[in-house]
Amino acid sequence: MAEIALQAIDQVTIAMDFDRGAGHDDVVKRLLPFVAAQAPDREGGEHAQVAQWVLDNLINVGSTDRGFRVLYGTFGRTGEYERRVWDFRLLVELVSADGEIYLRASDEAINVLVGALDTDVESAQIAAEVKLENLIKRGRLSDAQVAAQQARYRTVQYAETLRRKLEATRRDVRSVDWEEEVPDLINDALVHIEDRYRYENAILTNITQTRDEAEDPARKLKAAELVEIVADCIRRHTQLQARLQQAGSTFRFEQDRQQFSGHARRAVVDLFGHLLAPTLDLTVAQAARPVAAFFGGAAGLTPPRLPRLTHLIEQLLKSPQDKNHLLGEVPEPELAPLPDPEVFTDEQWHRATELLELHEVPRRLSGLLADARLLDPDLPWLVALLALHAVSPEIGVTLRHGNDQVLLAVDDGTPLHDPEFGGSDLLVGVARLGAAEPGGLAADDALRGEAVA
Amino acid sequence: MSESISIEDIVAGARLLAFGLRPKQVPSRDLDYAGLVKRAVEDDAFRELTDAIAEGLGLTVLAVSARTGMVLGPAEESVFEQRFDDYARRAMTGERRDLERVLHGVAHIAVAALAFPRPDDLASETYVGRVSVEQVDTVVREACLMLATRAAEAEEAGDPLDDAPELERVWRVYSRRPEAMRTKDGRLSPSTTRGIISKALKFLAEQGFLARMSDADGGTYRTTPRYQVQVRELAAGRAFAELLALQVVTVTDPSGSLHIVPAGDGRSGDV
Repeated sequence: MAEIALQAIDQVTIAMDFDRGAGHDDVVKRLLPFVAAQAPDREGGEHAQVAQWVLDNLINVGSTDRGFRVLYGTFGRTGEYERRVWDFRLLVELVSADGEIYLRASDEAINVLVGALDTDVESAQIAAEVKLENLIKRGRLSDAQVAAQQARYRTVQYAETLRRKLEATRRDVRSVDWEEEVPDLINDALVHIEDRYRYENAILTNITQTRDEAEDPARKLKAAELVEIVADCIRRHTQLQARLQQAGSTFRFEQDRQQFSGHARRAVVDLFGHLLAPTLDLTVAQAARPVAAFFGGAAGLTPPRLPRLTHLIEQLLKSPQDKNHLLGEVPEPELAPLPDPEVFTDEQWHRATELLELHEVPRRLSGLLADARLLDPDLPWLVALLALHAVSPEIGVTLRHGNDQVLLAVDDGTPLHDPEFGGSDLLVGVARLGAAEPGGLAADDALRGEAVA
Repeated sequence: MSESISIEDIVAGARLLAFGLRPKQVPSRDLDYAGLVKRAVEDDAFRELTDAIAEGLGLTVLAVSARTGMVLGPAEESVFEQRFDDYARRAMTGERRDLERVLHGVAHIAVAALAFPRPDDLASETYVGRVSVEQVDTVVREACLMLATRAAEAEEAGDPLDDAPELERVWRVYSRRPEAMRTKDGRLSPSTTRGIISKALKFLAEQGFLARMSDADGGTYRTTPRYQVQVRELAAGRAFAELLALQVVTVTDPSGSLHIVPAGDGRSGDV
């Protein structure tokens, strides 16, 4: 499982690019070969289940926070022992612009892959590439492949950092120093990409050459894989660059949209600085009152609803009103009826039907139950239920379905002696429906007579 | 009507209040309403009378104008007050109620903060704000990140204590909560931050404070003049007073504090 988990993080990380990450189903699909390799003798469906299970556990489906929590002990400032918790996540579910949910690997997860905790992204990238170049020069391709993969993780991580920066730029233009800070930021990023691009192209030429000249097939394969990875890095950088170039126009567009305005200033509360940020910095216990106060003011009125006599019963019977409809659950109500849970298997039904195929001679329920118990410990329940149902069979329906016989049970006052059931020892028999009037009372009476006889 | 108050005047004043209780009605669509609003704006005595009736009912007249209509706020403990407990109630068991409450409350403050990012926006009568689920979530998350960075810099005792969960900081709770989860039927999960924000936005839209514009970014809304009045005249003040009671006072620049910090780690938001 641990191997598959690592593989899953790897797949998600590789699928992460500027805009989105991997879909749940894609990851499961990509995990299948690995699961299959671990247990080749199992079925494909089980492989998919295993892959899904691993993925769900990496997300930690089922917990409210979708994360992990580790307890550790440490000595506090005053020297006393404290137990603290550390929260982290491995795979994070996010929403793309078109509303789909996808996965991204957290920094913690990527660090697990890179095997380096808390390393600065940029310096780690340079280090990784220097290492890569050296390895290729010395012809150690399998080490080079590992290094190239690491470089790619770094690239992804770098793109992630830049993505966040750009999003911040897009959100609010007013307080951004557009004269110096933002252009500097974009320039730095472009210079960075230029460097990497040149560098990676050089590596690419180098290993393409190695690939073409290699004679040993394994070595050729290794080199070919390396070419792929480095080409992917280059593609990612190109994508990043395109984004950076759009940043300027995004800014100008937002500037037009958001419009600068200078109105007379009044002393009003700065909602973000005075309320939101301080509230976020409070403890949970302290924050309860300010948030409730804000809600009370901002939520408006609820005119008390007066009950009307005509609606009284309806209102009393109504389940407590829940504001859950505000969560977007109304647009897609679940209309499909729930399938009835199958208490008895097809085989049990088959056996019970066989048992109750009573030709002419009615039988006591006790005997039927005893027979059923021999076949299957759960079967008596089904037989008992069928017998109960037969006390008042739907003759009209049976006739309409064109059946000419119906199972009928009659209570003649004999008590039932059975370890599991109590009540009357019913006489169960099959009644033939000979009467012409369908579902009529006369037919019912006639049948009853026949069965008892 | 300055000399004596007639029964008709009281009826008219109460009717104006009744219009105010229907948040989606606007004076521009109802001649009767528009006439009453005009009278309240022009006739001080009538306005006073209306205010007095409102006060007796447990309401505060926050504003009367042709643009906003009659905007009423509930007095504290009034029958008209929207109860936070009812709003934040959740059917799920095994969750900590206090956390849910705080997250829902933070969502409401964040919606207002994003709808009126600068103090000027809250003051300017003609400003129309735009908010979307995505925007609110991202900004709160980044504010949380910023607070996390600051906490790390200040070298505060790091992770929360195991045995005192109520002493955990709100930003930790918020950043720990996932923004989305995959649900079987593809609906929004109510316990995610996006679910919580989406609920707040839809609720405000139902109350006539926001108007839905599109489904973009998880739902995009624009503010109505009523919301501006409500936040400015009532909500912000009340919450601010509570914060003052906790001795949390933040001094900010009049240009507002929602900034982008491009240098350093690129988190937006500066306090």
